[in-house]
Amino acid sequence: MGAHLELRNLVKEYPGHTALAGLSLEIREGEFFALLGPSGCGKTTTLRLIAGFEQPTGGEILLRGARLDGLPPWQRNVSTVFQSYALFPHLTVRENIEFGLRYRNGPAARRAVEECVEMLGLGDKLGRFPRQLSGGEKQRVALARSLVLRPDVLLLDEPLSALDPNLRKQVRVELRALQRRVGITFVFVTHDKEEALSLADRIALLRGGRCEQLGTPQELYLRPRTRFAASFLGPVNWIGGVGLRPEATLVRPAPPAGLPALPARVRAALFLGNCLHVEAEVEGGARVLAEVSRFDGTYEPGQPVYVSWRPEDEIRVRE
Amino acid sequence: MKSRLRTLALAPAAALLAASVGFPFVILAAYAFLSRGAYGGVMPPWTLENWQRLADPLYAGILARSFVVAAVSTALCLVAGFPLALFLARAGRRKNLLLALVMLPFWTSLLVRTYAWMFLLRDTGLVNTILLRAGLTSEPLPLLYNWGAVVLGLVYAHLPFMVLPLYAALERQEPHLLEAAADLGAGEWQAFWRVTLPLAAPGIRAGVLLVFIPCLGAFLIPDLLGGGKTILAGTLIQNQFTASRDWPFGSAVSLALMAAVLVLLWLEVRRRKEPLL
Repeated sequence: MGAHLELRNLVKEYPGHTALAGLSLEIREGEFFALLGPSGCGKTTTLRLIAGFEQPTGGEILLRGARLDGLPPWQRNVSTVFQSYALFPHLTVRENIEFGLRYRNGPAARRAVEECVEMLGLGDKLGRFPRQLSGGEKQRVALARSLVLRPDVLLLDEPLSALDPNLRKQVRVELRALQRRVGITFVFVTHDKEEALSLADRIALLRGGRCEQLGTPQELYLRPRTRFAASFLGPVNWIGGVGLRPEATLVRPAPPAGLPALPARVRAALFLGNCLHVEAEVEGGARVLAEVSRFDGTYEPGQPVYVSWRPEDEIRVRE
Repeated sequence: MKSRLRTLALAPAAALLAASVGFPFVILAAYAFLSRGAYGGVMPPWTLENWQRLADPLYAGILARSFVVAAVSTALCLVAGFPLALFLARAGRRKNLLLALVMLPFWTSLLVRTYAWMFLLRDTGLVNTILLRAGLTSEPLPLLYNWGAVVLGLVYAHLPFMVLPLYAALERQEPHLLEAAADLGAGEWQAFWRVTLPLAAPGIRAGVLLVFIPCLGAFLIPDLLGGGKTILAGTLIQNQFTASRDWPFGSAVSLALMAAVLVLLWLEVRRRKEPLL
């Protein structure tokens, strides 16, 4: 599969501030793609440039090989699900969903409405106004409103952040299933590593308007190439230039045979229900956090232990 | 305790309203059913004659004309005020300064400002002087003492009352809504018709009422800029209490106008099913 949506050396400068400093990405057709990064990394700007709400100051955007930048939003076959959903408050759910169909024609469009309504379970909500909907329902209306247009790319701005935390995990599963079912390329922006890891086929980690690392969730989590990427995707213990995830950090009463091991002392042990968090201080001063199975025994502050790991779990970053 | 404090705090306003609105209204209602006194004032017997005279084509015509002038002025205020309100709502950080400029005319009395218009519009006024000097016209244009001047004056004086509620409605609109409309395929004009305008409807209704009602009863502007040639309801009422010395009929016209306004307000309140403004 070749590039479906391609960003070439995209630059966006505002007076006194550069949001994107030459971002190049190739997004594949039918892919669930995450733009991940801290605030100010350029991820939302990227989404707005693809949608056409803003124009890049340099570089190109190509959709199926054709230039997209320069076209106004209403001439681009991409659609956005806004973080706030931006439903039209004066229109019913049905009118919201049909808003864009005025500019398409034919019975196919009508069928698309019925399909989307059915798929998103909005059948009994069509006569309601947005203010009468829950957060999750609003999101489904926003999704339906975009999906009826059969966009080449669906853009989602922080799709889960406006939802109740209890609802997020459920919506995450539904969103993933929806993307598989419609087969449309989804590009979503998030600052939440867990969201990116669980939803995306591939993740672009952005930093300072550039791509820090592009890869599958496994690649980014297990093989981050920079210290920033390693830390952004989860906690890391740094021991002599080598990074270890807490769950890959072993704490043993005696040095395990055949594995690297460093003498250490337990500083604290927290019982978290499903696991223990053991904080240990390696001789020489480095502190490490280990996530340990609750079946692996008990730890007392001051207890001498050995911090160990399997060499294949080491995170090696270029410095 | 809280409710007693509330009663106490509202008492001055209630007393003022009762004295300045309620009491005069009762007097007006009584006068409208009495006969005229020879030198003004009223005298018995009770009569319906004042109300029958309202149907006279002369007076019915004046009332009808007042409605038309008020409606035209309101429509022009809306057409002129909407783009201004939209501009203000999207003016970013300069918003407050620009809003202050919209309110600036209120710093001077309406009377003074209306005289200023007369100085601008009369035959030897600024506009005609410039046109004559520039050779664009050989004799002064009749700019003053006609319907055009009256409507111009009404629009000028009431524009802020249209702009402010429109601004309030437009400023509330979530900016992402226009992006969403564009995103779904609506061009700029379609987004305006389908999103901006319908969402501004409460502001439009409030602005229309705030302009139409005072225009309907306006006296000063039609009198000064119309030069007595353009009799509207306000002038008619004023005449009855002064030159014509027919207080009962003046009271009847006042009440008729008030009734018309109340009907409009009632329609609006019923439409919205919530308190006005």
